[in-house]
Amino acid sequence: MTDLNKFREDTKKWLDKNCPPSMRNGADPKIPVDEVWGGRNAVYKNPESKIWLERMGEKGWTMPTVPKEYGGGGLTKDEVKILNEEMFFIGAKQPLLSFGIWMLAPVLLEYGTEEQKKLHIPKIIKGEIRWCQGYSEPGSGSDLASLSTKAEDIGESFLVNGQKVWTSYADKADWIFALVRTGPKEPKHDGISFLLIDMASKGVSTKPITLISGKSPFCETFFDNVEVPKENLIGELNAGWTIAKKLLQHERAFISNFGLAAGMGSKRDVVSIAKKHLGEEDGKIKNTFYRSEISSHKIKEHAFGLTLKRAGDEGGKASATASMFKLYGTEHNKKRHELMVAASGVNGVAWDGDEFEDSDKNLTRAWLRTKGNSIEGGTSEVQLNVISKRVLGLPSQ
Amino acid sequence: MKLILTEEEQFLKDTATNFANERSPINHFRALRDSNDPILWDKDLWHEMSKLGWPGIMIPEEFGGSNFGLSGICVVLQECAKTLTPSPLFATGVLGAYSINTYGTQDQKEMYLPAIVNGELTTSLAVDEASHHNPFQTEFNAKKQNDNFILSGKKTFVIDGASSDLIIVLARTSGSKGDSTGLTLFVVDADQDGINKIKLDMADSRNYANITFDNVTVSSDSILGDLETAGETIDDILDIGRIAISAEMLGNAEAAFDTTLDYLKQRKQFGVLIGSFQALQHRAAEMFCEIELTKSSVMAAMRAADERSNDLQRLSSLAKTVSGETLHLVSNEAIQMHGGIGVTDEYDIGFFLKRARVAEQIFGSSKFHTERYANLSGF
Repeated sequence: MTDLNKFREDTKKWLDKNCPPSMRNGADPKIPVDEVWGGRNAVYKNPESKIWLERMGEKGWTMPTVPKEYGGGGLTKDEVKILNEEMFFIGAKQPLLSFGIWMLAPVLLEYGTEEQKKLHIPKIIKGEIRWCQGYSEPGSGSDLASLSTKAEDIGESFLVNGQKVWTSYADKADWIFALVRTGPKEPKHDGISFLLIDMASKGVSTKPITLISGKSPFCETFFDNVEVPKENLIGELNAGWTIAKKLLQHERAFISNFGLAAGMGSKRDVVSIAKKHLGEEDGKIKNTFYRSEISSHKIKEHAFGLTLKRAGDEGGKASATASMFKLYGTEHNKKRHELMVAASGVNGVAWDGDEFEDSDKNLTRAWLRTKGNSIEGGTSEVQLNVISKRVLGLPSQ
Repeated sequence: MKLILTEEEQFLKDTATNFANERSPINHFRALRDSNDPILWDKDLWHEMSKLGWPGIMIPEEFGGSNFGLSGICVVLQECAKTLTPSPLFATGVLGAYSINTYGTQDQKEMYLPAIVNGELTTSLAVDEASHHNPFQTEFNAKKQNDNFILSGKKTFVIDGASSDLIIVLARTSGSKGDSTGLTLFVVDADQDGINKIKLDMADSRNYANITFDNVTVSSDSILGDLETAGETIDDILDIGRIAISAEMLGNAEAAFDTTLDYLKQRKQFGVLIGSFQALQHRAAEMFCEIELTKSSVMAAMRAADERSNDLQRLSSLAKTVSGETLHLVSNEAIQMHGGIGVTDEYDIGFFLKRARVAEQIFGSSKFHTERYANLSGF
């Protein structure tokens, strides 16, 4: 038996033994489903969510490619593929959703000191610390580098003052990775540093923002004379912009994958919605106008999925493709939701009350939420700028 | 299914890039268009292509080919399309070679394949009979008479039909127009009495013909595949053709885009390069992305064909739709971004627009394939 075959056998056995019944195919639908983000204040409706996270965290399999010394799985790419396949076969739930995994850990691995890596990455992998991202500010959206939250050098530590906005789940997070201005006199890109801040520090406060969907996944985060130890600086002083850009690539890759995965794995499927509300004849959506629009959209998503696969096969030529994937992943996600809303008729714009099914009301909220996809993490227009300049080499004005 | 080129494919691609640039730059096509050449491709150039082994890419080694499959010929077609190289490679090297090799008898293979490999024999595939692609609408009649069949009817828009030595024709042996059953393919010598080729003048200045058959007698040995099984076989042959033409269309789009991008970096107005205008930058970036999606679609489809994947039909329709829409977009934008010179005959970019619209019609438009994709996907 080759090493990989043995790894597959062992993985299969381990999953069989350790993946709790409610975390895989055939789970009892009456058991409540947790969205597991971990952290100090995590609450679980289903105790098996916690068990599953702990077991996967212990193995380091929430970040399987990270070296074991930082608490990761230490697996090769081929082994990760096997792990994913075996998890897919039994329908194993992702044990942990985490900005730490998707965004922070990859840049810590690249830019952090040995101490910083050993301190923070294992806690991300085990889901012990939940992270949020402090990038945007009220006056700095697409022009992120104009940010003004300042960090002054006061000897042993930095003194942080300012405001961040669009901080996802800041009210639930334990720590924040933030961009702060440390060089007020430098050109705007050269005076930014990348700082880790404990949300429990004195002077940090948060306030949720209600979105058009009626939900509040984002907050405003305020820093009022917050003291941050100097060892929490990642990379060099005033060299945070490079790290920020790198992290944005990870974020964009994640958002685009998320859009695609949501479309493929979701119970919300445009075809079944269209068949339900518009009728079906010989297995076909009855209304040919909707049918052709849906088919056009499906073809585009299919081509996009193949492009993600090709980028993977090519070994990922990062920055160029990250912008394209962010752009298409989010635009397709928006389009898919528009089609589902349209195909649902008035049920697609249901807001509340008992006259409508939960699936209709949830669709309305989800559709509204997608409007933020092409704004957060760099707008679609910013992605087009990046492609024009960095990929196509078109001149600036 | 890996969506990257193998070493051999990369080698073929590099050879084809050099060949297209050196032996058939766009002015080669322009010269043919402006000549009174009835064939509209160059015999000497085809001879050179044959020496490189290109007509035999899809043919097994026992008949002299190199057996690199559809993927191998797709990369060559894609590169040759960048300079709009006219040649029989599509109709002969893909359609003819694939049909005969896949569905022919041992005798047919021995008779035709080696001749295709060395460039002596060109073929055409005669399917449609009206302005829109629809193989099951065939009325072209084949009537059995003793051991022979009598062929009568008219085929339209036959690629390379004006010059091919051999015609593979889709005929109805029973049933009526619209049925997917009762169809049979015949391999017919194009010189036979009763066959009349009417050369077509199309916008892209390539070799097409309408072909009439007036009681043409052929023996039952000329049946390709089995009697009345062509409903399925023609769809398979067409799928291979659709993927190959998609690869060509991808090459057309890439070249039209690159030419346009160069122009954006050279042309000045209002004292600045027009490529610095965001109104043009964003449209250029969108074209770049659409081309990337097209590359993936074409590659997935050609791999599916070579691996005989269950998803071949759907991926073929995907590739034809995506390449059609991308080339449509790019060919229009290329003209607009070139401004006034874009609509002059002197400048090459207009050739891509004309080629685009004709290629979009070949073996089904994007609309045809969007519908087919839905049918095959179960909605």
